[in-house]
Amino acid sequence: MDFGQFISYIASGTIYTVGVTLIALPSGLLIGTMLALLYVYGGKTAARVMNLYSTIFRGIPPIVLLFILFFAVSKGINLSAFWAGSLSLGMVSSAYQMEIVRGALLSVSGDQLMGARAVGLGRLQAIRYVVLPQAVRLAIPPWSNEAAIVIKDSSLVYALGVPEILRKAQLIGASSQRYLLAYLSAAVIYFLLVFATTKLLNMLEKKLAIPSNP
Amino acid sequence: MPKPILTIKNLTKTYGENVIFQHLDLTVNEGDTIVIIGPSGTGKSTLLRCVNLLTRPNDGQIWLDDMEITAKGTDEDQVRQHIGMVFQNFLLFNHLTALGNVKLGLTRVKKMSDEAATKKAMHELARVGLADRANHYPGQLSGGQQQRVGIARALAMDPRIMLFDEPTSALDPELIGEVLEVMRQLSLDGMTMLVVTHEMGFAREVADRIVFMEKGYIVEEGSPDEMFNHPKFPRTREFLWKITELYGKKEKDAE
Repeated sequence: MDFGQFISYIASGTIYTVGVTLIALPSGLLIGTMLALLYVYGGKTAARVMNLYSTIFRGIPPIVLLFILFFAVSKGINLSAFWAGSLSLGMVSSAYQMEIVRGALLSVSGDQLMGARAVGLGRLQAIRYVVLPQAVRLAIPPWSNEAAIVIKDSSLVYALGVPEILRKAQLIGASSQRYLLAYLSAAVIYFLLVFATTKLLNMLEKKLAIPSNP
Repeated sequence: MPKPILTIKNLTKTYGENVIFQHLDLTVNEGDTIVIIGPSGTGKSTLLRCVNLLTRPNDGQIWLDDMEITAKGTDEDQVRQHIGMVFQNFLLFNHLTALGNVKLGLTRVKKMSDEAATKKAMHELARVGLADRANHYPGQLSGGQQQRVGIARALAMDPRIMLFDEPTSALDPELIGEVLEVMRQLSLDGMTMLVVTHEMGFAREVADRIVFMEKGYIVEEGSPDEMFNHPKFPRTREFLWKITELYGKKEKDAE
């Protein structure tokens, strides 16, 4: 097996790495944003429940949750390793993303909400048209951090046998006995994925920046 | 016969043990400009917030025209459309241009078409002298310009009454004039206005009536002439003397 084949074998796992990330990150964003809105605007009881959710999911190692969902829960609902892994990473991420969105909402809210209500906008309208557009912008930098973490955590699904980058590196490393090359190749691919993602988000942040004089 | 637009009766607001104001009565007639003055912490801003239902009073009633807006089941959003509010810190929407700020209420609350809203918003921006700044974001405008956008945004809703909560207090001295000039013109055009301010020049020149509030009570109210030249209570005289001297000194310093 030549070098090119070796590398492309490992790189072919990228599709699973990207797949897991593209399920975990958006599902975490969707759930995290909804929970953050409930946390900030849903009253005391909702805030308490959301706080509990956040504490629990941030307090468990992602891989433990992965095992619970795949080996215990998925027996009943026939969940594949890929989906069990992606969804449990999404759940963990939703707790972190909830905190990111909550922070952004809180730093916009208050006065901006009052200004909007004074014009006659209802509460939901004020959140939709005034608070959220500004909160999104504030959330991008910390969110880019979370995106990088989810890309890297996607390697955990290797433990369920999903043939993603790390799993492939492990397989070819074992069969060829070239462990260093195998894992270094995996490291480089992960790095490039994270680097490209944070660059893109950085560009998005600049593009969405609200113009102002220095 | 003057027609009351805003009637406040027996209004009380407390935060826990802390009484902000008690048994307050005030009437604002159509076309009147009423200026409320008084030391900090006497409940002037809270009073305006009660009128706009941003804060609920504990007791008493407020009528807008013939409708009691403090009644249970009042649609707050409906009421606020008819009451324009201008804040000390402008509270412009930072992510929208001047035009976008003025348009938002028109398209989302009044459900106007984009075209009609743009036309109306441009008219209001021209009214405050900022038509050429329509596409600037708040961060690109001076404080005075931001506040004028704030006024245009409130005016665009065609309110029955405009509330001003210390509209020039956050501004650099050289920017105060342009805002006061817009307010003076508004008053001349017949807008009904309730203004909390420390600008004594504005109060003396523009107000139909001045209300002096202290420690949650209305100490005295009257025409600018009565208040400045023949105040009934020593406390009114003392406060006006102090504040006129203070601001006169600031103007001198600025020169």
